[in-house]
Amino acid sequence: MTDPIISLRAVTKVYGSGPTAFQALKGVDLDIAAGDFVAVMGPSGSGKSTTMNILGCLDVPSAGTFLFRRHHVETLDRDQRALLRRKYLGFVFQGFNLLSRTSALENVELPLLYRGDDRKRRREAGMAALDKVGLADWWDHTPAELSGGQQQRVAIARAIVTRPDVLLADEPTGNLDSERSIEIMELLTDLNRESGITVLMVTHEPEMAAFAHTVVHFKDGLVERVDTNHRMGQEVS
Amino acid sequence: MFGTTFILALRSIRRHLLRSFLTTLGIVIGVAAVVAMVTLGKATTSAVQQQIAALGTNVLQIRPGQGFGRGGGGPRPPDFKPEDVTAIEQQVAGVTAVAPQASTAATAIYEGANWSTTIQGTTNAVFTVQPWPLAQGRTWTVPEEQAGKAVCIIGNTVRQNLFRGGDAVGRRMRIGDISCDVIGVLTARGQAGFGGDQDDTVVMPIKAVQRRFTGSRDIRLMLVGVDQAYSTTAVQASISDLLRERRNITGTKQDDFNIFDTKQISDTLTGTTTLLTRIVAAVAAISLVVGGIGIMNIMLVSVTERTREIGIRLAIGAVANEVLMQFLVEAVVLSMLGGLIGLVLAQLVIAGATPLMQVPWTFDPTINMVAFAIAAAIGVVFGYFPARRAAGLNPIDALRHE
Ligand SMILES: Nc1ncnc2c1ncn2[C@@H]1O[C@H](COP(=O)(O)OP(=O)(O)OP(=O)(O)O)[C@@H](O)[C@H]1O
Ligand SMILES: [Mg+2]
Repeated sequence: MTDPIISLRAVTKVYGSGPTAFQALKGVDLDIAAGDFVAVMGPSGSGKSTTMNILGCLDVPSAGTFLFRRHHVETLDRDQRALLRRKYLGFVFQGFNLLSRTSALENVELPLLYRGDDRKRRREAGMAALDKVGLADWWDHTPAELSGGQQQRVAIARAIVTRPDVLLADEPTGNLDSERSIEIMELLTDLNRESGITVLMVTHEPEMAAFAHTVVHFKDGLVERVDTNHRMGQEVS
Repeated sequence: MFGTTFILALRSIRRHLLRSFLTTLGIVIGVAAVVAMVTLGKATTSAVQQQIAALGTNVLQIRPGQGFGRGGGGPRPPDFKPEDVTAIEQQVAGVTAVAPQASTAATAIYEGANWSTTIQGTTNAVFTVQPWPLAQGRTWTVPEEQAGKAVCIIGNTVRQNLFRGGDAVGRRMRIGDISCDVIGVLTARGQAGFGGDQDDTVVMPIKAVQRRFTGSRDIRLMLVGVDQAYSTTAVQASISDLLRERRNITGTKQDDFNIFDTKQISDTLTGTTTLLTRIVAAVAAISLVVGGIGIMNIMLVSVTERTREIGIRLAIGAVANEVLMQFLVEAVVLSMLGGLIGLVLAQLVIAGATPLMQVPWTFDPTINMVAFAIAAAIGVVFGYFPARRAAGLNPIDALRHE
């Protein structure tokens, strides 16, 4: 077995301090192999989003270690973590989070702008990413002119335009109907298979989790159980 | 990195055109006000200086009485006599020439056209003391002056109205009860800011005016030219002493004549207009600062409004400095655009106001550059605080912001 791309050890997270302090994570151990498609499930408040924020280098653990591509993320400062996100991570949110009044293409190009790519490369890569999510014809539409499913696909295009190692999606289908949700899941499956992107996805719906190889169950700030999905016929060993 | 932030700032301005315009309106008005006020103020100052220069530099004006007003009761102080003129000319060091003046109103007539104007009787010395070149013709000769011949030099307004702008030199016109030969035409000076039309005048030898019009040897005004090498104050003091003696004013009794130093008036008026310009410019500068606060205010609102956008940028991998720079550049670009619009607006205001204020149109590159630089600096100063707030946001909280 190769080294896991993500490795959490005894990660805790405490929000607030003093008598109002709340321990959202109580010692999470989790390894994720490169190329895996992981669904994170669990009751509300069990710490799924908290974990995703740490994995996404948006937040740091209160204690414990987080190894990502051999970086000790818990020791990195804000800007160093921003650079990790820029290089290796892509985000998809429940609420899409596209820039309003901004065309689909400009939204997708945004991460490339921060990478310093020139106009031509931004355009090419942006259009390629939109093409991948099936929205090449919609490049000049603003979010207000797109359906929820289309917006989420633009968001996915934005997340993958930098060819990240890991795609993090916190309830990506939470705002979509089941038909649209299945489309998104198929898209994520494709990306995982064809581009080899490691996908980490939080979901409440077992139908969506069924698309993943690995399902991590959270409960009360701890990993309760890790299942391997045999239905896909691709056991991760 | 600067290129990126610049693109981002321009995009954001373009996406919110109306808001951007309102944000920068304060700067537009501030810059326009500062530039217009300072330019118009300077134009006024130089116009005042020009008008005073027309009175002659280093000239003392001596009139009977205290100050400009007649003031108080008592007998009217006596006018000067030709002997006073000679005495000053001969006894006071530093005096180049003394031109006496006696003036009266009269109607000039030429071939059915008539025009009421002012006749000024004086001597050739006036052309030394208050240089006023002739456009045509000649000044009178010494014999003509001494004989008090009816020869006259007319101002441009008189020429326009009486001779329909045609040739005047060599013509004979009637003025009051006498007829006189026009021997010269003065160059046009135009409107004076105070004292009306300087070109509405007829100049004659003083003896002619005294004999034919005023009927006395009285002189109501003496213009004294002072040598550049002498201080006007010292010359003024000597003249004062001499006149007191000649008019029998002794001890602590007050002068019954007054001496005006045009240089002093010039300095005072210039000082006043300069001070006024500064005050008005300061008020305008305050509006510029208010404009800056406007930018800060709207940028702060904009940071709050765009919290989620900032969250997205941070999540995507923008480092704090890039977010800071984006908002800072946005503020600076806005204030510079506002500054540019303000400069254009100022030129329009100046172009519109100069004819009304009767001051020459001027373009002052310094104040334009200074105002623009201040506008840009205001963008930096007042844009920094909102930008820092934006850059300091926590990405998770920002993303969750409604
Ligand atoms: N910023 C915060 N400050 C204080 N408490 C927080 C904060 N964020 C999360 N929590 C608390 O931490 C616990 C875990 O939150 P988390 O968002 O990880 O839950 P979740 O598993 O994602 O739940 P859901 O399914 O509802 O999204 C919750 O009890 C929540 O109230
Ligand atoms: Mg959650």
